[in-house]
Amino acid sequence: MTPDTKARGYFARRSRLKWWEGLPWVLAVAAFFVLPDYMAFGTQVLITIIFALSLDLVVGFAGVVTLGHAAYFGVGAYTTGMVSAHLGWTEPISALLLAGFVAAIVGFISGAVLLRYHGLTLLMLTLATAICLQEFANVNEDVTGGFDGLTGVGFEPLLGLFEYDLWGHTYYWYSMAVLFLVFVVVRIMVNSPFGMSLIGIRENSARMDAIGTPVYRRLVTVYGVSAGIAGLAGGLFAESNAYVTLDVLSFARSGTILIILILGGVGRLYGAFAGAVAYLVLEDELAKMSPEFWEFGVGLLLVLTVMFARGGLLGIFDRLRKLFDRAAP
Amino acid sequence: MADSGLSLVSVSAGYGETVALENVDLDILAGEAVSVIGRNGVGKSTLLMTIMGHTDLHSGSVYVNGKEITAAKPYQRVWNGLGLVPQERVIFPSLTVDENLAVAVRAGPWTSERVYSIFPQLDARRQHLGNQLSGGEQQMLAIGRALVGNPNVLLMDEPSEGLAPVIVEELQSVINLLREESSMTIVLVEQNSRVALEFSERCIVMNRGRIVRDGSSETLRQDQALLERLIGVDSSML
Repeated sequence: MTPDTKARGYFARRSRLKWWEGLPWVLAVAAFFVLPDYMAFGTQVLITIIFALSLDLVVGFAGVVTLGHAAYFGVGAYTTGMVSAHLGWTEPISALLLAGFVAAIVGFISGAVLLRYHGLTLLMLTLATAICLQEFANVNEDVTGGFDGLTGVGFEPLLGLFEYDLWGHTYYWYSMAVLFLVFVVVRIMVNSPFGMSLIGIRENSARMDAIGTPVYRRLVTVYGVSAGIAGLAGGLFAESNAYVTLDVLSFARSGTILIILILGGVGRLYGAFAGAVAYLVLEDELAKMSPEFWEFGVGLLLVLTVMFARGGLLGIFDRLRKLFDRAAP
Repeated sequence: MADSGLSLVSVSAGYGETVALENVDLDILAGEAVSVIGRNGVGKSTLLMTIMGHTDLHSGSVYVNGKEITAAKPYQRVWNGLGLVPQERVIFPSLTVDENLAVAVRAGPWTSERVYSIFPQLDARRQHLGNQLSGGEQQMLAIGRALVGNPNVLLMDEPSEGLAPVIVEELQSVINLLREESSMTIVLVEQNSRVALEFSERCIVMNRGRIVRDGSSETLRQDQALLERLIGVDSSML
C-alpha cells in the first residue's frame, strides 16, 4: 500500500458516517409534520444553522475569532435583495448562488487583508469591516434602501413549481435542501487533509508553518469559503423575508451567531444545529413570557454554559458518554 | 555544492536587531550526520531556527541540496526538503497520535506505519490525544511527525531535553538507527554532550553565535582540556 492510499484510508475512516448523524435531519423532517404552523420560524432556524456552520469553519476549525461575520451574511442578503428589487432577477436559486458567490469574493478580498493580523487587532478589524459595510449600506440608500430597508424584493415560485405560502412551507424545504448541501460540503472539507490542517493551524500556526503548511493561504481560503456560506444564509434570509434592512450587517447579528455557536459547541459541526435550535426556541419562548426581559434569560443561559458546560450543549453529551463508558464493565 | 545537503554561507541572523548568529559558514554533505554542542545561549537553537527561516536573517545565504532557500518562507523550506523536530516537542495537544502524524504527511518512504514500527509505544496509543502522552512519547511523536514529512535534511533540537535517562537511551538508539539506515542529512543540536558525541563522527561546537570548532567527535571526546574550555564539561563524565 502506498503512503497516498494509506492517507486516503485514514481520512476515509475519519469521515465515516455515524448512526446518530441522521438524527438532526429526521427531527427537521418530523418538525414539518408535527409543527406545520411554525415553518416560518423553522426556516429562520435553518438559516441560522447555515450561518452558524459558516462561522464554525473559521472560529471552530481554523481558530480565527471574528466579531464581524454578519458582514458576509449582509452582503449575501443585499445581493439577493438588490438583484430582485432593481434588476428584476427573480429566479430564487440563481439569485441565491449569486449571493454566495459575491459574499465569497468579498470574503476572499477582506480575508487577504484581515488575516495578516492576529488576536485583538484581528478581532477589532473584523468588527470594523462589518461596521464599515453597514455604514456603506446606510449611506447608499438609493441602492440599498438605507435605514428604511430595501423593499420590492420578490421571487418566482421555486423551480417554477412551488409557490410560497403564508406559513413558509416551501421556504422550509428550500432552506433544508440548502442546509443539507452546505453541510455535506463543510463535512467533507473538515474531514479532509485540508480540514485537518485547519485544526493544526488552530492549535499552533507556527508549528504548521514549520511542517510545510502555507498557513496564510489556508486561512484566506477557508475564510472565503465561510463568507460564501454566510452569503448563502443571508440570501435565503432575504428571499424568505422579501425585505432587507441594515440589521443584516449589525454587530448584534455577528455577536448573536457567535453566542449560538458557543452555546451549541465550537468546532463540532453539529454545535451549529444544537446552538441555533436552543437559542432561537429559548428566545421565542422567553419573548412570549416577558417581552422586556427575555435577553436576561438568554444571557443567563450563556453564562451558565460557559461556567458549567465547556464545549457547549454537545460538550454535555460528550461528558455523559464518557461517564457511561467508564461505568460500563 | 553538488553533494551538499545543507550549506550556510556567511550567515548572520538574530531576533530583530539583536544578533544571535554571526558570520556562520557551514557545509554538510548529503547523507552526513552532524551534532552541534555548546553552552546554553550560544546560538545552537538559533542556528536551526535560522535554517528553518524563523529568525531575521541579516546577511548570508542558506542552501538545501544545492538549492538556495534564503528568501523562502518556512513552509516553502519544508517543501524543499527540510524537517524540524522542535525543542520542547510542540505536538498538537488536542489531536490524536494518528492525527498528529496525518497532518504532516508528505509523499515519500516514511509513512505513519513506518513511524509506528520504530516507535511501538506510539502504535499502542494511536487514539490518545497529544496531551495524554508522556514526555518521552511526545518526543517520539515529534520525531515521527518530522519523519512523515519525508525530509532530506532533518534538524533535531535537543530531543533528549527533560527526559528520563532510560527514555534518552531509547531515543538515542532510534536516532542512531536513523543515521545508519536512512539517507537523510541529520543535524542534531544537543545539550547532552555524551549523546551528541556518540551520535556522529563530526561535531560542531558553538560559542557566542559563532562556530568555534568543526571536527572529529572522537578527538573532542578525548581532549578533556578542549572540551572543558569549549563547553565546560569534564570528558571523564562522558
